[in-house]
Parts: sequence; structure tokens; C-alpha cells
Amino acid sequence: MQWLTRLYHRLGSPRYFYDYAGRWLPWLVVLALSLLLLGWGNGLLFAPADKYQHEVYRIIYLHVPVSIAALLGYVAMGVCGLVALVWRMKMAEILLKSIAPFGTLLAALSLVTGSLWGRPTWNTYWIWDARLTSMLVLLFLFIGVQALQAAIRDPRQAARAAGMLAVIGVINVFIVKYSVDWWFSLHQGSSIKLLGESTMPWSMLTPLLLSIAGVYVLFAVAVLIRARSEILWRERRSRWVKDLLEEAADGV
Amino acid sequence: MAFDSFAAFVAMGGDGFFVWMAYGISLAGMAGYFALLWRQRRRLKRHIKRLAIRDQQLAGHTE
Repeated sequence: MQWLTRLYHRLGSPRYFYDYAGRWLPWLVVLALSLLLLGWGNGLLFAPADKYQHEVYRIIYLHVPVSIAALLGYVAMGVCGLVALVWRMKMAEILLKSIAPFGTLLAALSLVTGSLWGRPTWNTYWIWDARLTSMLVLLFLFIGVQALQAAIRDPRQAARAAGMLAVIGVINVFIVKYSVDWWFSLHQGSSIKLLGESTMPWSMLTPLLLSIAGVYVLFAVAVLIRARSEILWRERRSRWVKDLLEEAADGV
Repeated sequence: MAFDSFAAFVAMGGDGFFVWMAYGISLAGMAGYFALLWRQRRRLKRHIKRLAIRDQQLAGHTE
């Protein structure tokens, strides 16, 4: 347990976080790319065609990972917001800011891939039903957190305001999650279940799980790169950043 | 392999447009985001270095 508390304190320090993240990043990039290559490659080339949706269903290997990662990323952002509000932890503020842009991209991609899937299967790109609308709200929340962050000059105050919005918005994640059960929806129910039998055979499920893991790791990579830049900017007047930048005189 | 030929793979049972648009847009979006991150990081480092040099010069003037 002691190593865990020590790790917590160290990662709470921007300087240590910068070093740790820098050491992990190359491995995470390799891991993300291999998972995505395996997941998408298998999903597009080797997984069997669906009985009802034939080949279009292959969008699932993109749509589901991107959507789950957007939702989970929002929850992570909410947790950072809470920690930033309650404990005023600097790293939580930095992570909150770093999650938002990639989360925005994923939420937008979830809507785009979803409507490209909807057109051939439901015969429409968009309808205002519970699942789709709450997902659109998720996109707006991601954008809102960034806008609020950008509108306030003082970074600590900006983090507090954005953190508040991030925390409140977590409610919407539950609405998205349960919207297909609570309301009648054109959107199909979940194919993967944590408890109980999934409704997919393994030949379809394996590539899906691989691509979900791949998008998660890619999310982590995006957040870590963004967070490292943010750390440099916030600590620009400190000795260690100046030394670091002087060492790498070529600017790499 | 789930497809008999490359043409069948591209056609995706007649829905190739939707499948490939989805994959194309997503890959382009993600690649674009990482390119932006990369550029932002390079510019930031240059900017901080310039600030440090300016601080040094200002400190020199006040002495």
C-alpha cells in the first residue's frame, strides 16, 4: 500500500508527472497502434458478416469504441473536476483541461459514425430520439467545458468553473447509458454485457474488445501529450523547465 | 477472410460508401488531432524559450 500513496503524491506533482508520462508514452503509443490495427484489421477483414445487417455492421468496430471512450472520458473528466474542486490538486486541473479536446473529438465521431450507420440501416441520418439527443448533449458539454476554461483568464479559477460543469454533466452520462432502456429508441440495445451473455459470437466480439482497448489507450496517449504541454506552460518560470528546454536545444 | 475478393471488400455488400466514410473521417480526425498536439508542443517550447531569453534581458537592464 505504501508504494501506492507514494505514487499518488509523486504523480500529484506536475514535474514528476511530466517525467513519468514521458517515460510511458512511447510504450502506450505502440500498444494503442497494435491494438487498433488488430481490432480494426480483424473487424474489417476477418469477422463474419452479420445475419441482418450484413457488412455495414462493421462500423461497430469504430462507433462503439469511440462512443464508450467518449462517455468514460467524460466520467474521468468529472472525477478530475471533483478532485480539482475539493482538494485543489494542480494535476487534476491539468488533466481536466487535457481530457476535454480529445473527448470532444470522440463525441463528435460517435455522432458522425452513428449517423453513417443509421442511414443504411434505419434509412435516416438523424432522429431526435433519447440516445442520439443525449449524445449530442454530451458533445455540447465537452465543448462547454472547453469554452468555460478558455473564457476565464486565471487558470485556477478557470479550472474551478470548468470542474463544476464537468461534475454536473456526469448525470448526462447515465442518461446516455440508460436511454435505450428507459425510452423507446431506434437505437439498438447493448451487444456487450459485463454480466451475463453478450449477444455476439466471439469471432465478432474479439475484434470489438481489441478496438475498444485500443481507443482507450489512444485516449490516454492524447491526454498525456496534452497534459505535458500544459505542465510546461504552467511551470514555464520554474528552473526545471528552463533547464529541460536548454538541454534539448534543438527544440525536440 | 470474410470476403472473396478485394472488390467485395471495398464494396462492403453495397454499403461501402458508409463504411469507408466512417473509417476515413475517424482516422483523419484522430490523425489531425495528434498533428495539432505535436505542433502545439513545438510552438510552446519555442515560445517558452523566447520568454526566458526576454526575462534574462529585462533582468540585465534593471541591474
